[in-house]
Amino acid sequence: MAQADRPLSPHLGIYRWQVSNSLSILHRATGVMLSLGALVLVGWLLAVAAGYTGYARLNAWLAGPVGALLLAAWSFCLFYHLCNGIRHLGWDLGLGFERQQARRTGWLVVLSAVLLTVAFWLLALAGQGG
Amino acid sequence: MSLQTPLRRVLGLGSAREGTGDWLGQRLSAVAIAPLGLWFAFSMLGLEHGQYELVRSWIAEPAHAILLILLLVAVLYHSRLGLRVVIEDYLHGPALLIALVLNQFLHLLAAVSGIFAIVVIAVGSGT
Repeated sequence: MAQADRPLSPHLGIYRWQVSNSLSILHRATGVMLSLGALVLVGWLLAVAAGYTGYARLNAWLAGPVGALLLAAWSFCLFYHLCNGIRHLGWDLGLGFERQQARRTGWLVVLSAVLLTVAFWLLALAGQGG
Repeated sequence: MSLQTPLRRVLGLGSAREGTGDWLGQRLSAVAIAPLGLWFAFSMLGLEHGQYELVRSWIAEPAHAILLILLLVAVLYHSRLGLRVVIEDYLHGPALLIALVLNQFLHLLAAVSGIFAIVVIAVGSGT
């Protein structure tokens, strides 16, 4: 079929890595990760509905090392995907297309996502202490 | 000379028809998730150690239950559209078809299960 010969884009192997394409891939990766998080959220709601025993087991797992790591990852994914999503919505409105602007907003997104994640967990730890 | 019918030409949709629907839906759900997602994440901080009674009564609060259902629907709709694009990019042949069907079914299953759980919690906590 002629279809098989059509060029595919982008060829990651010959692409020069830079902030814009790295963040684009990270947007997709965090999105997939958040989809898994949504399933866990549904599982968490079902556990609460089912009663104390099952919920306690899930809660203990989430408080353990694997759960804590996943929660930390999900919080970063949420904040990153949200900030970069706003950047995407700006592009959809025709804003910030210049290369210089795209790079600047890209780094701004990374900075905002990291700061939000750190602030979130500082608040979480402060809440548990008090 | 165009082979399009006058109606086709007047609608101005080209070959797209409803092709922009998913694109727009992805963005509208994003706009809904931005405030709802932040609300949910920061609300979780108030539920110390995820204590069962605290979590249950928080979800059962009518305003919380309604917002949670809205968040869940928006997130799963957004996730279904997003994952479909990822699947279409990386899978081919029979695997593509199976993954696309599973994507539809799993998101619907998750949405129905999640809404059911929230309603059970909200209704059950009244007694």
